[in-house]
Amino acid sequence: MKLTKQQVEHVAKLARLGLSEKEVEKFQIQLSGILDYVEQLNEVDTEGVEPTAQVTGLTNVTREDKVKTHVLAKPEKLIECSPMPIEKNQIKVKSVF
Amino acid sequence: MSLSTLTIHEAAAGLRAKKFSSVELTKACLERIKKLEPTVKAFTLVTEETALEQARQADKTLNPQPSTPNHLHGIPVALKDVFCTEGIRTTACSNILKNFVPPYDATAVKRLKAVGMVLLGKTNTDEFTCGASTETSCFGTSKNPWDPARTPGGSSGGSAAAVASDECIYALGTDTGGSIRQPAAYCGITGLKVTYGRVSRFGVISMASSLDTIGPMAKDVEDAAIIMNVIAGHDEYDSTTPEVKVPDYTESLQAKDLKGLRIGLPKEYFIPGMDPEVEAFVRQAVEQLKKLGATVREISLPHSKYGLAVYYVLCPSEVSANMARYDGIRYGPGPSKEGEDLYEYYLNSRGEGFGDEMKRRIMIGTYALSSGYYDAYYLKAQKVRTLVKRDFEKAFKEVDVIVTPTTPATAFKIGENSADPVKMYLEDIFTVSVNIAGMPALAIPCGISKAGLPIGMQIIGPQFEEPRLLKVGAAFQRVTDWHKKKPMQIPTPS
Repeated sequence: MKLTKQQVEHVAKLARLGLSEKEVEKFQIQLSGILDYVEQLNEVDTEGVEPTAQVTGLTNVTREDKVKTHVLAKPEKLIECSPMPIEKNQIKVKSVF
Repeated sequence: MSLSTLTIHEAAAGLRAKKFSSVELTKACLERIKKLEPTVKAFTLVTEETALEQARQADKTLNPQPSTPNHLHGIPVALKDVFCTEGIRTTACSNILKNFVPPYDATAVKRLKAVGMVLLGKTNTDEFTCGASTETSCFGTSKNPWDPARTPGGSSGGSAAAVASDECIYALGTDTGGSIRQPAAYCGITGLKVTYGRVSRFGVISMASSLDTIGPMAKDVEDAAIIMNVIAGHDEYDSTTPEVKVPDYTESLQAKDLKGLRIGLPKEYFIPGMDPEVEAFVRQAVEQLKKLGATVREISLPHSKYGLAVYYVLCPSEVSANMARYDGIRYGPGPSKEGEDLYEYYLNSRGEGFGDEMKRRIMIGTYALSSGYYDAYYLKAQKVRTLVKRDFEKAFKEVDVIVTPTTPATAFKIGENSADPVKMYLEDIFTVSVNIAGMPALAIPCGISKAGLPIGMQIIGPQFEEPRLLKVGAAFQRVTDWHKKKPMQIPTPS
């Protein structure tokens, strides 16, 4: 499966990855190689086979809808991890537009 | 001989008998680190002060005759740099997290702390554990103590190299496609990939959430069992840890022989093109297991050959989702240029912060999950995953464990596989199907090549049957000494 330059640029945009021209060229070749490799899955007959997402058979693990009073880390400690300015216990990000 | 060469069980006995203190043991490891790190480069951070302080505490609180054995009390450990450690830098060896100091501990770390952990430092890994050599680490590659021109393997290569060079007594690693077992094989140590969900992943930086596991990397099987007794079990913060009873893993070590054990050798794992020395040593090890009373038959895991292709759809897809949180806003240093708006900020942050392998996986995953391609890639891979898992389940109706080589060859030269991503991916060919099926597998040393490099075998069992694997491994290590072999002389810069 050969990816076009435009496809690589589109995927990079979806993934919010800033790539240089050179990177686009390099990844165009490498990603095509990886997709070629995984193409072999098409040889396998999976008619009627259910997909597996969870290997040990757990489904819908829930907990009580209760606010926990003990916390692992204080919210302000978590917010302090940010490189952005903090205002009123919130992270101030760049404008969307 | 340095105290740092001891196993956990030897060191714990020495501490209890007051032959030496935890501070002395810790200092021995730190000295070894100082001497060998310029060559081995296993660590991304050495926490000398923390280690000594924790060792002093451990000496104060040591109970020489505890009611329940606490072998890990005061024993120095190295943690792969994806385990969140409160107040201690945790980077996943990525520029996008290079300055991250977690405000809380991973559950596994918390459990080790509760039994008297002494933390020597954080060990090197491929970026976000994506790789098979540590070469994608933003800190540069670690070296194999058996031959510094070669890779220690990866992604838990730093942990494996630290254990093999006696820079620590034991380490923890993570295994998503082979990241504990392949470096264990390349460095001649014991590594256990646990059943998916057996050990809490909470606070460990995620790579591929349906495949990631956490496990011990140690000097022998007994040590691996001791570590499991502390880290295994349900955790309310990780909903994928089922409430399956946690056994005493050290109990299974006592078996005198392996009478009645049925071993399967999958024909798909003894293939033309693999290193003949590796095959010969693994077959010799199987003969040893037969002498212990086991019976052996050939089996087939026909869908194993698709394991890697399944992995390289599922893993990048899950990577692309997990990496979405690294946007330079909540953590990390942020981009050098912020840009005009939020969109540009993201592009700069992620473009600068992620290395090539991460970019490849993020893009493959984004592509495979994007509208119109989901059925052809992710869903298809999940269906083949079912078939890979069924192969194992069928095999385990006829045999108790499956034995294979851990890797098709010995450690490769640094740089040898870096140009071709698919070639590097093939490193996981014998380990990856185990993750896809969620089974446990023990990797132990079973030979040394003519070139002086360790060779490993892998013992695979049904889900939650870790005790069975430890039993086989312990029986093997009682009658062999491959696990006691050390690199002859690790060169140090003059």
